[in-house]
Amino acid sequence: MNKVLGIINGTEFTIGDTLLELSYLVAALLFVTGLKMLSHPETARKGNLWAFGGMALAMLTTLLLHKDGEGNQISLTNIWIILAAIGVGAAIGWIIARKVKMTAMPQLVSFYNATGGAASALVALLEYPNAVAGDVGSILVTVLGLIIGAVAFSGSMIAFGKLDGKVGDIMKPFMTYLNLFLMALTLGLGIYIIVSPNPPAEMIWAIYTLLALSIVYGVMFVMPIGGADMPVVISLLNSFTGIAAAMAGFIYNNQAMILGGILVGAAGMILTVLMCKAMNRSLINVIIGAFGGGASAASGEQGTIKEITLSDAAVLMSYSQRIVIIPGYGLAVAQAQHIAQELDELLEGKGVDVKYAIHPVAGRMPGHMNVLLAEADVPYEKLVEMDDINPDMPNVDVAIVIGANDVVNPAAYDDPGSPIYGMPIIDAHLAKNIIIMKRGMGKGYAGIENALFFNDKTRMLFGDAKGSIQKLVTEIKSI
Amino acid sequence: MEQVLQYFFEYKEAIFIIALSIFLGIEVISKVPAVLHTPLMSGANAISGVIIVGGIILVGHADLSSFSLELVLGLLALIFGTLNVVGGFAVTDRMLEMFKKKKK
Repeated sequence: MNKVLGIINGTEFTIGDTLLELSYLVAALLFVTGLKMLSHPETARKGNLWAFGGMALAMLTTLLLHKDGEGNQISLTNIWIILAAIGVGAAIGWIIARKVKMTAMPQLVSFYNATGGAASALVALLEYPNAVAGDVGSILVTVLGLIIGAVAFSGSMIAFGKLDGKVGDIMKPFMTYLNLFLMALTLGLGIYIIVSPNPPAEMIWAIYTLLALSIVYGVMFVMPIGGADMPVVISLLNSFTGIAAAMAGFIYNNQAMILGGILVGAAGMILTVLMCKAMNRSLINVIIGAFGGGASAASGEQGTIKEITLSDAAVLMSYSQRIVIIPGYGLAVAQAQHIAQELDELLEGKGVDVKYAIHPVAGRMPGHMNVLLAEADVPYEKLVEMDDINPDMPNVDVAIVIGANDVVNPAAYDDPGSPIYGMPIIDAHLAKNIIIMKRGMGKGYAGIENALFFNDKTRMLFGDAKGSIQKLVTEIKSI
Repeated sequence: MEQVLQYFFEYKEAIFIIALSIFLGIEVISKVPAVLHTPLMSGANAISGVIIVGGIILVGHADLSSFSLELVLGLLALIFGTLNVVGGFAVTDRMLEMFKKKKK
């Protein structure tokens, strides 16, 4: 391993050095291939394994072959300590991953994202003293890695708290200005550290202050963002963690880290943009603008609400030809995905064609609803994306809306005053009959009225989603 | 200005990697069906745990002869990084397992 192979720019390199870089190349290729495979249903699971293989390889070779500036390898004592720390992290991560409920997936992804951000911020923090004074390039990436990692950490923790229902939305008009001020302060201090000619040893106070400021900024940044915007925020923070890891890759001049990090950064950005499009809002609007609150769409005359009895609903469904179920987060909260699948199976048995219409932002993170329904054994061929189902909606006999609200609100088409005007929706209002399962007459997450409830074709079925569907199943069985 | 050019030259390889990786990332992800958004995000999230390599280098060359705040923070970085990697891949696998099950 220590056989010298050659000399580049006056530095010798050995077989071990070469093998290390070679393993990073393989790891990087595995990341790319894995990610590519993750984007196709048939290969996704294998892709995830490949990416994990790349990661394990990079970790192992770094442990065995990495040398510091003076050519010292990682000593055995250090290896044991590292393995112990890795063991602790792996055990906790594994246990949580096995135990978590699928409804809690957004929280979990936020939590893991927070840990990744924290690790990046810590690495940047600890590498800072090793930087050479005046080396703007390496101090720049260190500072960036620290800021972005810390914001991803605290922002994700707040997102975790919000998704878990532990942290409420706090939106005050002055917060926009406070946040801009905080951001300016953080960036200002960052620039000061970068351009300062002082040796890092004298700037330790500054780097710790920067860490604290970034953490506070992350908290304040996510605090005012409403629940409906969570898919955007999670995607964005995911992207941040990737970028932070790439910055650390710069510090070590490690191409596997740079490539892996940037890849994740770009992927997160794409999902962010997709989610913004699905809500017809710009990223700036999500970050700065408050949502809901001052709902302007109070058009007075709302019409009347018509309820439907369980037996009527059961008859209507049993004698339909085509039914589309439109699930929203309410279904997830009520843990009603399994019983919805039972209803679906029962109706299929009666010759009814049942499909699910999935809005891109249904649930609390991109694609969340698909995961929930997959957990309940709904074949994914039955999950139809919004754009594919909409042209078909006029032929649908019954649209069953379960715990969804804003994603079927026709105000998106015809009320320019509504905050969701222009947002793509599932055209439930075009179906021949509409049954809406809802807890009560509360507003949706965005806090706006929904004209669909007052539509002539609409019948409401009030109650807890799980309970209602359960009773429906019993009712249909008795027909 | 001169300084900026100087940095570009100094870090040209890394900057090339960044520029190309961005395109690669966009290219690889852009046509993902919505059904895979969540697993893709958690899988990508696990890949960003590549920061663990930095953690290994950091603690690997740390001086263990005395107890220090830096060492504690370094170990914390390692634990957090592994949580991200192992947890992320494990949970992604669990989700994808559900998708696979019903294919038959």
